[in-house]
Amino acid sequence: MAENVKPRVRVPRSASAGEAFEIKTLISHKMESGQRKDSDGNPIPRSIINHFSCDFNGENVITAKLEGAISTNPYFQFEAVIQESGTFTFTWLDDDGSEYTDSKDITVG
Amino acid sequence: MQFTRRDTLKMGAGAAVATFMPFQAFADANEEAVMAFAGEMDIMDEGVELTAPEIAENGNTVPISVSAPGAVSILILAMGNPQPRVIEFGFGPLAGAQSASTRCRLAGTQDVVALAKMADGSIKRATSTVKVTIGGCGG
Amino acid sequence: MKKFTLSATIAASLALFAGSASAQVDLDAVLSIEGTTITTRAPAPDHLDIDEVISGWVYRASETQALQMDDFENPAMIFVDQAMDDWNRVEGTEGKSCASCHTNGPEEFAGLRAVLPRWDEARGQMMTMEDYINYNRVTYMGAEPLKLAKSRMNAMVALISLQSRGMPINVAIDGPVAEIWEQGREIYYTRVGQLDMACANCHEDNYGNMIRADRLSQGQTNGFPVYRLKNAKLTSDQGRFKGCMKNIRAEPFAVGSDEFRALELYVASRGNGLSSEGPSVRN
Repeated sequence: MAENVKPRVRVPRSASAGEAFEIKTLISHKMESGQRKDSDGNPIPRSIINHFSCDFNGENVITAKLEGAISTNPYFQFEAVIQESGTFTFTWLDDDGSEYTDSKDITVG
Repeated sequence: MQFTRRDTLKMGAGAAVATFMPFQAFADANEEAVMAFAGEMDIMDEGVELTAPEIAENGNTVPISVSAPGAVSILILAMGNPQPRVIEFGFGPLAGAQSASTRCRLAGTQDVVALAKMADGSIKRATSTVKVTIGGCGG
Repeated sequence: MKKFTLSATIAASLALFAGSASAQVDLDAVLSIEGTTITTRAPAPDHLDIDEVISGWVYRASETQALQMDDFENPAMIFVDQAMDDWNRVEGTEGKSCASCHTNGPEEFAGLRAVLPRWDEARGQMMTMEDYINYNRVTYMGAEPLKLAKSRMNAMVALISLQSRGMPINVAIDGPVAEIWEQGREIYYTRVGQLDMACANCHEDNYGNMIRADRLSQGQTNGFPVYRLKNAKLTSDQGRFKGCMKNIRAEPFAVGSDEFRALELYVASRGNGLSSEGPSVRN
């Protein structure tokens, strides 16, 4: 497990059915690209978050396949549209096999 | 060779204004990345909006946004990076719009390309040139 | 080897980029964060020769400025989150966390960042934010002091600095700190290093101008600790002083040294009147 990996997500508490709204996500991760070299000139191996997914009540909102060119502390902003109350789940997958998750409830009134 | 301060300044200035020229290896990797996504489809330069700064204050964190109504997926390529693929978004049934924003690393001044694959398999494209400065004192 | 005057060299390098395609500085840009208006321009304090003090935020590109305007967009907030975990973490021989004594949360420290560094009569010395954090860790928690200018300390400083957001920087320069302040001022105006430059050469004589491809600011510390896009993490003021000295090819003073403590006091006072902005976003 990479060190100090902490997700944050911003989801509104409530939304109207069928009306798109914005979601933002951030996760603290170094995103070692594999391009850097250490002080001896040896390449530092790649170690990044390579996949992100946002789902709602089991259905997918968005996925992303990340490469080393995504900045440290990967940030995403996207839109979701839902018809009912429920829970958003966010999943990040690390090169080292770790999985980080977060979730947020939302009510549709 | 002894460099005077004037020589060093001239060299530094030259390096700072030089446009990053991708090597042949990069150009091949770029083609491969495009082919892998677009296959044999023709690419139309329309239907995709790519927002990137004209001048990136720091190449380490460059905010970019992409939008392609009706797209199934969008691939972003940095044509001057050692590896062109930056990110590939896939839009699910609950996506409120086929758009997304993120922050990426750009190795130097280059073209950033967004390729959108539409529901009917067609490929749309937008290109944006981003100048990446080499910094001054703190950079 | 021919001897070049420093000012001629600076003038030459700046002139090379005078016409380059860099965005103009918008001196009228307004910064408001989560509903709090931030004073980014203020009349300069009396002890300065310049007319106006200007936050580093003003000199950054609009995309960078935008990152600071919202606490989610601001990547520094990730470290504030980490510091909150630290705040609640029990550590040391006394089995306490920061929260054990500071039961009202970091909000207890509203206003503190805006007046540091300051003379502390009880401690009999000038105290920086880091001094207070470590003094309390060692004395009340029986915990190891946090390393200066490293990530855990920078994050904690960010958490506490956040509590002063929007409040005017108001650092005392007289009384028991007067001598330290004078020492800091002297360092600010002393040329050092192979490039033979003083802080003032860039940050007082050339703010607003380009140095190669960077826009020079006044070198204010009202926004520290700073999330730098360049290395995607927090930097402390003394950490930046060290970086600046290395850029001038000088042997930097040590972080935590008397010299840097004096400089921290002096540079902080140059921003009196600006809002405390930390943690901010810069390039």
